Amino acid sequence: MSVTTLPSRVVAARQPGWIVRLFDYKPFLIVMCLAPAIGLLAVFLTYPLGLGVWLAFTDTTIGQRGVFVGFENFQYLLKDPLWWNAVFYSVFYTAVATFGKFALGFWLALLLNNHFPLKSLLRAIVLLPWIVPTVLSALAFWWIYDPQFSIISYLLVDVLHVRSTNVDFLGTPWPARFSLIVANIWRGIPFVAISLLAGLQTISPSLYEAAMLDGATAWQRFRYITFPMMMPILAIVMTFSIIFTFTDFQLVYAITRGGPVNSTHLLATLAFQRGIAGGELGEGAAIAVSMIPFLVFATLFSYFGLARRKWQQGEAND
Amino acid sequence: MTDVAASPGNSNVASATPDTMSWDSRARRVMMIYLPLSCFVLILLFPFYWMAITSFKPNAELLNYKEHNPFWITSPTIAHIKHLLFNTAYPTWLKTTMFVAIGSTTLSLFASTLAAYAIERLRFKGSPYVGLGIYLAYLVPPSILFIPLATVIVQFGLFDSPMALILVYPTFLVPFCTWLLIGYFKSIPYELEECALVDGATRLQILRRITLPLAVPGLISAGIFSFTLSWNEFIYALAFIQSGANKTVPVAILTELVTGDVYQWGALMAGSLLGSLPVALFYSLFVDYYVSSLTGAVKE
Repeated sequence: MSVTTLPSRVVAARQPGWIVRLFDYKPFLIVMCLAPAIGLLAVFLTYPLGLGVWLAFTDTTIGQRGVFVGFENFQYLLKDPLWWNAVFYSVFYTAVATFGKFALGFWLALLLNNHFPLKSLLRAIVLLPWIVPTVLSALAFWWIYDPQFSIISYLLVDVLHVRSTNVDFLGTPWPARFSLIVANIWRGIPFVAISLLAGLQTISPSLYEAAMLDGATAWQRFRYITFPMMMPILAIVMTFSIIFTFTDFQLVYAITRGGPVNSTHLLATLAFQRGIAGGELGEGAAIAVSMIPFLVFATLFSYFGLARRKWQQGEAND
Repeated sequence: MTDVAASPGNSNVASATPDTMSWDSRARRVMMIYLPLSCFVLILLFPFYWMAITSFKPNAELLNYKEHNPFWITSPTIAHIKHLLFNTAYPTWLKTTMFVAIGSTTLSLFASTLAAYAIERLRFKGSPYVGLGIYLAYLVPPSILFIPLATVIVQFGLFDSPMALILVYPTFLVPFCTWLLIGYFKSIPYELEECALVDGATRLQILRRITLPLAVPGLISAGIFSFTLSWNEFIYALAFIQSGANKTVPVAILTELVTGDVYQWGALMAGSLLGSLPVALFYSLFVDYYVSSLTGAVKE
């Protein structure tokens, strides 16, 4: 332990002052260490979260203190077709995008788990869509979806001749909805793939060897070894993915801003439109708060995923 | 599996074994692995290629697919980039974004290193719960917080100031970094600290001279994560910043460069490219840390 004797000699030579001794008092040191993190989170996260719930029950507007109005905002939302529309699209967007991300991400992870040259370089390349700021790649997608100069339309019309007119990606509701989902899947694949790859690498090769001695096919190995072993990590990564897809904002705001005719509003973009751009803070907060039940559901999903992990490890009694 | 360095080795064993056994022919391997893999890479990289090629295309080529092959540039130009750098406030936005990203990263690293040290090393009653609480904070999405946070920022007199972003970004950076660093501290043998404690070192000396130097790789990856996440952040910067000079790159491109009915696609794509480059460069320098800490964190 030659590493540790060197500093200790220096310590012995100096007599510590009272401040140093105060920092050696463990409860004080713990409080001092936790203070910056807890302080920041309390002031800028916990307090605003409570304030947001409170605002949802008031008629606050920008520049004007609101009064408590009970459930009025929520009653109004329940009668608002735009809110229902945003709920529908948020759920649809999350469901389809999550399914796409996981199907493709899992496939990519399985591919990357093979042994081939330039493996680490490829992993680095694959992560790029996740690294680059979402809004900036969203702009690239906006340009790819351009009504006149879309490169996809060019391919379909002029190169492959499967269509005679350009695709109007963002001008009509359903194509716009799917265009956004495609962009979201594109952005989400790397994170899913790298996380699941990490999970794949923790599976012991001896399991596969044993299965192959028993004559299991590739599909059986996937179905009875890979998939169940991946359940816990799938549950965690999926919870993250669902939470952040459901509350997504940037992609929709950058590409369609909720249009055409409000068909692509997510709850988050609707909350921004009403709360910040429209100045109706109370109503915007109510829309934001209405996301919470969905998020709680997603977190419970993760909880049961973890519970299943314990069961798999034979710790059902703890 | 906190030993991150061991993971590449494991992977080879894990992947090579099932492969060699079911390895029928080279053709099969190409069809099953290389072909789909190339499709993935092509699709994942295409938007960047398209972004890059648009940035260097003269307007005549940009909007004329009949006479010019859109996938290639015949006469590249840097007019768009020049326009961006000299006729817009782009350099100011870059500076602001850099300032905000460095500021919030420093603040978050400071807060989360201390917090992770307290939770993992100073073990006290309830430390797992504090850890869990900080971790749960990561699950609160900015989309729920931005409206009440806007009123808090106004109350503090920070509206339209980059300081607001530096103070607010740690709300999603601190949970992430703390979580990452707890994992890192766990991988440092506790005996090293015990020895120092027996030798009479104070707790702060141990943190400064033993634990922190050993945690440098963890600190670097936490720093990269924080930097890229704050560079990426959008909704807070959109809601809290009003004046053009204080905007961050993602927000400024969308609100200041997208004007009128005819979009300047060349300049927009050049802006996106330049805005992505610092993060991509920064990340490529530390890509090994990045991947290993991500995989390490997931394995926890």
